[in-house]
Amino acid sequence: MTKVSMKVNGKAVSRDVPDNTLLVEFLREQLRLTGTHVGCDTSQCGACTVHVNGRAIKSCTQLAVSLEGAEVTTIEGIANDGELHPMQVAFNDHHGLQCGFCTPGMIMAGIDMVNRYQAQGKDLTEEAIRFELEGNLCRCTGYHNIVKAIDDAAGKMTGMARAAE
Amino acid sequence: MSTGIGARVKRKEDKRFITGQGRYTDDVRVDNQAYAAFVRSPHAHAKVTSIDKSEAEAAEGVIAVLDGRQLTGDGIGNLICGWAVSSKDGSPMNMGPWSALATDRVRYVGDAVAVVIAETKQQARDAAELVAVEYEELPVVASSTAALEDGAVQVHDNAPGNIVFDWEIGDEAATDAALAGAAHVTEMRVVNNRLSPNPMEPRSAVAIYDSAEDHYTLYTTSQNPHVARLVLSAFYNVAPEHKLRVIAPDVGGGFGAKIYIYPEEITCLWASMKTGRSVKWTADRSEAFVTDAHGRDHVTHARMGFDANGKIVGFKVDTHANLGAYMSLFSSATPTYLYATLLSGQYDIQNIYGNVKGIYTNTVPVDAYRGAGRPEATFLVERTMETAAREMGMDPAELRRRNFIGSFPHQTPVIMTYDAGDFAGNLDMGQAAADVAGFPARKAEAASRGKLRGLGYSCYIEACGIAPSAAVGSLGAGVGLWESAEVRVNPVGTIEILTGSHSHGQGHETTFAQIVGERFGLPIENVSIVHGDTDKVQFGMGTYGSRSGAVGMSAIVKAMDKVEAKVKKIAAHVLEASEDDIVIEGGAVKVAGTDKQMLWHEVGLAAYTAHNLPAGMEPGLKETAFYDPVNFTFPAGCYIAEVEVDPETGVTKIIQFTAADDFGTVINPMIVEGQVHGGAAQGIGQAMLEGVVYDEDGQLLTGSYMDYCMPRADDVPFYRIEHNKTICPGNPLGMKGCGEAGAIGTPPAIINAITDAIGNNDLQMPATPLKVWTALQAAQKPMAAE
Ligand code: FES
Ligand code: FES
Repeated sequence: MTKVSMKVNGKAVSRDVPDNTLLVEFLREQLRLTGTHVGCDTSQCGACTVHVNGRAIKSCTQLAVSLEGAEVTTIEGIANDGELHPMQVAFNDHHGLQCGFCTPGMIMAGIDMVNRYQAQGKDLTEEAIRFELEGNLCRCTGYHNIVKAIDDAAGKMTGMARAAE
Repeated sequence: MSTGIGARVKRKEDKRFITGQGRYTDDVRVDNQAYAAFVRSPHAHAKVTSIDKSEAEAAEGVIAVLDGRQLTGDGIGNLICGWAVSSKDGSPMNMGPWSALATDRVRYVGDAVAVVIAETKQQARDAAELVAVEYEELPVVASSTAALEDGAVQVHDNAPGNIVFDWEIGDEAATDAALAGAAHVTEMRVVNNRLSPNPMEPRSAVAIYDSAEDHYTLYTTSQNPHVARLVLSAFYNVAPEHKLRVIAPDVGGGFGAKIYIYPEEITCLWASMKTGRSVKWTADRSEAFVTDAHGRDHVTHARMGFDANGKIVGFKVDTHANLGAYMSLFSSATPTYLYATLLSGQYDIQNIYGNVKGIYTNTVPVDAYRGAGRPEATFLVERTMETAAREMGMDPAELRRRNFIGSFPHQTPVIMTYDAGDFAGNLDMGQAAADVAGFPARKAEAASRGKLRGLGYSCYIEACGIAPSAAVGSLGAGVGLWESAEVRVNPVGTIEILTGSHSHGQGHETTFAQIVGERFGLPIENVSIVHGDTDKVQFGMGTYGSRSGAVGMSAIVKAMDKVEAKVKKIAAHVLEASEDDIVIEGGAVKVAGTDKQMLWHEVGLAAYTAHNLPAGMEPGLKETAFYDPVNFTFPAGCYIAEVEVDPETGVTKIIQFTAADDFGTVINPMIVEGQVHGGAAQGIGQAMLEGVVYDEDGQLLTGSYMDYCMPRADDVPFYRIEHNKTICPGNPLGMKGCGEAGAIGTPPAIINAITDAIGNNDLQMPATPLKVWTALQAAQKPMAAE
């Protein structure tokens, strides 16, 4: 058991956990933030995607104890005072989800890719979105509407301060 | 904005999913929670000679280690197949015993032999490693071909030659005669590759035993919770139905894999009674690969004969269907009644004969996966048509046109009566949308860049809305396939719809509300949909076979008919008018042609206060209906794929994918298109990427996403979708169903396009770059030799 403290969705949390606890287990089982999902055991599906210190990572590949002091944002933490994030709105607008299981990971990956491309001044083309989604599997939507949703949200996120996330 | 039939209404259910508040089975945690881990066979076929549990029992946190002898000793029944298929000699199918935990013999890698219940998931897993099982290995048959060899080991003692059934349909003599007289015969050997369904949410179960009431609750990832309860009660003796509640909360995709009741759910329920603890199990993805029923896995030889005008005269089909090591719940129906009954495709064929052998092998059980039998039929028919056209030097679209069924109803020689369709219209629509006329120019342009372009068609038909109870009963089904609904109008006028259909991505909370809102002139916010809980919903057969619209919504319509009749009676009484003059419009119940009206909620209140009801009328406003369809429905369409192959590498890119579907009435085009997108991606997966591979020892070589290639965003294109609409005469809304079309229609379009590009008809799925390149080399060899 090791004590680990981090900031999750803006709130300081601290727990004693077994050393082999994955971040996704920490979030789901210790904090009961069940919006982050587990879809595979080989780090390929991306259902577990969260942001750590502002970057998207697969929370099934990080040990909780290695994230002492980190700032973690999950799907539960991206709406701002009840106002949905533009990426969340875009997934609803474009029917970017069906069963919803991949959706939290898709939204977290989508926000991250828009932020990265905008920070670098690069154009997030359709090809780029598809390429960037390499690590996120969806079995329901055929990706068509996910690509459209991310593309639309990218437009709406322009100018949104990165820090606002 | 309209929210009625045909409106692109955004989904009501999305909010909880996009905010991380969906509630899936693995999110459920109850008091007294313990965790299960299964001990699974590493061998494809072996005798279990001993199980030593002592070390595991002594491990930290372990509550119990339970095995198959204890399970059968407690009277838990064997798993069953719910559809009886007979062999052509009239003998019943040879179903071998399948215990939730194997007792003396294991038959595939992953077969469970014991379960560990512990305080934490990790403790359960660690202890499962400590259970010492001794096996005596047996020879293995890992494919249908190996299973049929002389002297092959018997997977089940009661299935000689590993044949579960040797079934036939159609007239063999007439078909042989027709083929003998044909001007041209096209012969095909077609492999329909084995797939793993892979809903993104792995299967999961939380079983809760309440000893005070001797009652069980099961949260589970099910497409059909009532069927699960029925089977768990009637066949597995877990508990009688009134002592078992099954809840399928948010379910993360199904695609068939979550129809069946698996050993894990049974074991968790039983273990919760044994241990007095709530027992939870969630599959790893690698566990899903060795426990979720696989799909497809057919090897088929077929011969199609044509007369000199290109008219089909006969079609003879011989299929070997791998059923895996045990017979899953609907495994017998999938390669027979859901497959060979569609061998007529969209074509007028007078002579058809199909012979299907169901075969045991030492692999994971095989059952329905999105499309279930109909993709296999479509792939065979449409590959054969395209190949025949090429052999006869005809335009493949023209060959299809010459053979299309043009008048309805049409009786095929293989049971089905097609009720409505417009096959030529679908093809026209597809060709126009795909700009087939411009293809030669595009092909030439590609050639100038050194690329090979190809175009392929698929004119699919499926039998959906499964199905009339009497009809499926006569074919061997153990259940009726109706659907039920209850419409509850509350005293304040809001409505709850309780439906036996289950939504695991299909958007029922929106589309079902749309038909109710339209009918009564209410905002869809005032309508909520309740599903997935056997304690709430009266009964239901669940969601599969594209049946939630054609069957599930029809049941809602029938219940709404009854509500409407009662509403009119109440309003007529209160407003002192004739019932025939009452109309329901814009949230009000009016006397036509007057300004007399009651608001919708006033009628609701009147029904419940019961102060002023017609004499003899019962209070309340709540009606139930069970709807049994009169026929299957027949969605059909034309898919056209255009691909570009790089001859240097065999890498194939889908340039354009066009779907012209006829689903009858469409309630919400946005959702219907989404269904086609997802189905098409699965079809592209089957055609180009996916394939379950076993080695000859029965070891699964594709047991994770490292080896099993799922379609990713950059493997698929944007899809172009058109809707033709011939109304289905069989149900009140005129719906045909849209859930499986994409998975059914897509694979042959893709393979027909690739084979067109490379000039070699001999190409099996998945058409990986290596296979495409190899086929291309084979096609070019004769030229090189010249
Ligand atoms: S669960 Fe993390 S990538 Fe699949
Ligand atoms: S919406 Fe179901 S997996 Fe993506």
